[in-house]
Amino acid sequence: MVNMMKALDRKMLRDLWGMRGQAVAIVFVILSGVATYVSMTSVMDALQRSLDMYYTDYRFADGFATVRRAPDQLIGRIREVPGVGLAETRVVSGVNLEVPGFDEPVSGSIVSIPEGRQPTLNRLFIREGRLVQPGREGEVVLNEPFAEAHDLHPGDRIVAILNGRYRDLRVVGVALSPEFIMQLEPGSVFPDPQRYGVMWMGRTALEAAYDMDGAFNDLVFTLAPGADEDDVIDRLDMLLRPYGGHGAYGRSDQPSHFFITEEFRQLERTSSILPVIFLAVAAFLLNIVITRLISLQREQIAVLKAFGYTNTDIGIHYAKLVMVIAVAGAAAGAVLGLWMGRGLGRIYLQYYRFPYLEYTLNPGVVFTATALTIGASLAGVLQAVRRAVMLPPAEAMRPAPPASYRATIVERLGLQRYFDQPTRMIMRELERRPVKALLTVLGISSSCAILIMGLFFGDSFDYVIHVQYGLAQRESLTVTFTEPTSTAAICELRGLPGVLYAEPFRTVPVKLRHGHRSYQTGIEGIPDDPYLRSLIDIDLEPVEIPPEGLVLTDRLAGILDVRPGEDVVVEVQEGSRYTRSVPVAGLTSQFIGIAAYMDMQAANRLTGIGMAFSGAFLMIDKNREREITRTLSERPRVAGIVSQERAIEAFRETTAQTMLTYTFILSLFAGVIAFGVVYNSARISLSERDRELASLRVLGFTRGEVAYILLGELAVLVLLSIPLGFVLGSGASAALVRALQTDLYQLPFVLGRSTLGLAGLIVLASAVASALIVKWRLNRLDLVGVLKTRE
Amino acid sequence: MNPEIVFQTRGLTKVYDMGEVQVHALRGIDLELYAGELVVLLGASGSGKSTLVNILGGLDTATDGEVFYRGRELTRADDRELTEYRRHHVGFVFQFYNLIPSLTARENVAIVTEIARNPMTPEEALELVGLGDRKDSFPAQLSGGQQQRVAIARAIAKQPSVLLCDEPTGALDSKTGVIVLEALERVNRELKTTTVIITHNAVQADMAERIIYLSDGLVTRIRRNAEKKAARDLSW
Repeated sequence: MVNMMKALDRKMLRDLWGMRGQAVAIVFVILSGVATYVSMTSVMDALQRSLDMYYTDYRFADGFATVRRAPDQLIGRIREVPGVGLAETRVVSGVNLEVPGFDEPVSGSIVSIPEGRQPTLNRLFIREGRLVQPGREGEVVLNEPFAEAHDLHPGDRIVAILNGRYRDLRVVGVALSPEFIMQLEPGSVFPDPQRYGVMWMGRTALEAAYDMDGAFNDLVFTLAPGADEDDVIDRLDMLLRPYGGHGAYGRSDQPSHFFITEEFRQLERTSSILPVIFLAVAAFLLNIVITRLISLQREQIAVLKAFGYTNTDIGIHYAKLVMVIAVAGAAAGAVLGLWMGRGLGRIYLQYYRFPYLEYTLNPGVVFTATALTIGASLAGVLQAVRRAVMLPPAEAMRPAPPASYRATIVERLGLQRYFDQPTRMIMRELERRPVKALLTVLGISSSCAILIMGLFFGDSFDYVIHVQYGLAQRESLTVTFTEPTSTAAICELRGLPGVLYAEPFRTVPVKLRHGHRSYQTGIEGIPDDPYLRSLIDIDLEPVEIPPEGLVLTDRLAGILDVRPGEDVVVEVQEGSRYTRSVPVAGLTSQFIGIAAYMDMQAANRLTGIGMAFSGAFLMIDKNREREITRTLSERPRVAGIVSQERAIEAFRETTAQTMLTYTFILSLFAGVIAFGVVYNSARISLSERDRELASLRVLGFTRGEVAYILLGELAVLVLLSIPLGFVLGSGASAALVRALQTDLYQLPFVLGRSTLGLAGLIVLASAVASALIVKWRLNRLDLVGVLKTRE
Repeated sequence: MNPEIVFQTRGLTKVYDMGEVQVHALRGIDLELYAGELVVLLGASGSGKSTLVNILGGLDTATDGEVFYRGRELTRADDRELTEYRRHHVGFVFQFYNLIPSLTARENVAIVTEIARNPMTPEEALELVGLGDRKDSFPAQLSGGQQQRVAIARAIAKQPSVLLCDEPTGALDSKTGVIVLEALERVNRELKTTTVIITHNAVQADMAERIIYLSDGLVTRIRRNAEKKAARDLSW
């Protein structure tokens, strides 16, 4: 028989088999690190690529402008503006809708498209049905999120109030558009597809409905290659000003693009920081484990040296052993990571609604993960082998001289009488090898730390909900009126049975402008002494509302590029539609939402209508909620009733859910890593000390007593690791939150006791499981064998 | 006839630094070993026998003095040269066998033949120690004597010019010990390998051509046996 495999390689394979439990645990540690890294990085990569492709394929415009009304002929002059590439005019309008079977008011935007063909820019991806046909009035194509929220399909009908007239609209298609990836109602940061929708209608029909024949009120354009955006915008503004131009803006200020960019930026940060930490922790743990594992083979290394194997031969031998584990872990991790990335991509796809997800394997990502893993493993091998070959073989083969232990601090303090012999052995072992103990503690505590990093997001979200909906918003129902209403309506609400308190609110729909930046939102009128809806900032301090001027959230101020003391132009979108200049009186910081606040009376003065209310916040008797809701929905002037719980649900469903899916995966892997580390630490301790423990058994110690010596040490280390892990985890999480700050959200760093408890518990559970396995092995220790085969 | 000198030592000294104490294992050894001879190093525990053999075999370095192997100064060799020397010239047999537990008997021998220049096959080597039928057993499946014979097969498979055995029978009973010594005797006779056997068992000295007595790190006496006994005639 020809034996092709070298004896040394056979040894490697059999050693590997012999330590399969540990090898598998290490494979899982690597797998977790690599899978996290690969999935998070590749999904981000895929999202960005898909967005870019989507924009290109569907010709997303580079610039946008709105005018009050301009003649169609102007398009010729627009196209002549230097730097303008393609340009297309549209009619766009806000619209109120009635959806059959949905009692609440629904608003939307209606955008014109050419009949019978795709628009030149911002093309639609047809999911269902078709585009609108020429000569058929009342056909609309719905944006998919909206259609889905109401289960609307081609053939269904909805009612729209176009320019004050009721119109029956027939749904002919469901589509996606690069312009409305984030279908956000002006003023909100979370899409609410039930209450706000975008739709497309034939240009001719829309022109007719809005008396815009031969005219347009909206312009989209692309930039010619090499064109300067600011320059083009300035020239267009000049051209459009006579027609009531509101100022053109580039893609970066386009709401959907702005939000998606912000979200991607946040995702990008999360997916670049966390997985790297994960991978680094996994690599660090790997290094510790492998160093110790190979140190166990000191005598075999000496034998190989005695027979003339060179240090390089030996190094390669152990490198191979470790490479099998590392490569298996990295390969499995990459495969799992890609699979998970695809799954995660699908979740994001549902959320962002790209027509496709361009998910391809990025070899660079896999290469980085694998290289880091292998590098860390090999560094461990190198360290261990170097240490092992440093001794002359004769010395390495000789049983190590009795390690020099000494009395511990506890004993030097004279406290030994409080501890029995086994306990003193534990203490001396810990004190003798502080570096080993420290590394083990570091390893276990970093696994505890990454658990916390995966878990704390839940706490932060809960805190946001608590502050936003618990402290700041204490109402249980929000009632909105169809139009601004007098004080009498509030009194009526207060009189309803079951209503404990009603607090009026005023929201004035406006467009805020500063320079060429603008933002459509609602100014919230704040009463003098609000009870249900107090305005608080991230430090939980009440926000002072001056009698005059606006208070903007710092993010809105950022979007408008405005500072306190400066004026913004407020275009009121109701009543007489006044345009006024209002100073920004102050800024406030809030976790979510872009908002503008004003004293209620000042807000009302802005509209010129006098004292009126948009609705009221109600505090009610919870038992009568159903009854109250029914009564209210029968009132003609009540446009909508929103329950607090539903709002919280909506919040959880959007960002929170995406984020929590993500963190669930992280926590899962962190748990695996924790187990891998603790198990390996325990298992290696057993190998290092089996002779000593077997001797004790021979001397008459019971299994329990021997287990106590070994596992007691582990217990001490684990118990030290957990608080340290808490500290490391809190620090890292706080840093992570800082890195994740965007204009849009401001996630607070909150770490609940239950999260710490859960992280600690997972580490403890891993430790207990590992201890049980080790105990089982300890019970099967071949007493005579262990004592005989060595020294 | 003037026999070829294989090893020559001059003033060989070894001091172990054991942390808090210094142990003088060798205190200046002057010695010559000749090609093809079977030498027994006899001495009590701690007399320096193992240290001497380890230095001769390139497993350990001297603190002072010189060691020459066929005119090459081992005491000046670096780690790479010592590795080379061990790989091609020396075979070791240890008291506790030091077999690699994850490899079979044949593979334990192969691990050496694979890197040797002119080895016999592992099968031949195992045949030579009378273990032709246990080639595929793992160390754990072999008795102590059998394990030690695998270790001998492993040591001689590369056809080394010297075979250094540190208490090869130390962990074995008398009957098994004799079988192991027979194997060593046969290797010495058939392969003409210079063989050094460490023991504290005076009986085994009878199978040697020369007996070197060590005590407290010094050679106290060298005796030549007028007639060597066959290993099978020994008993203790």
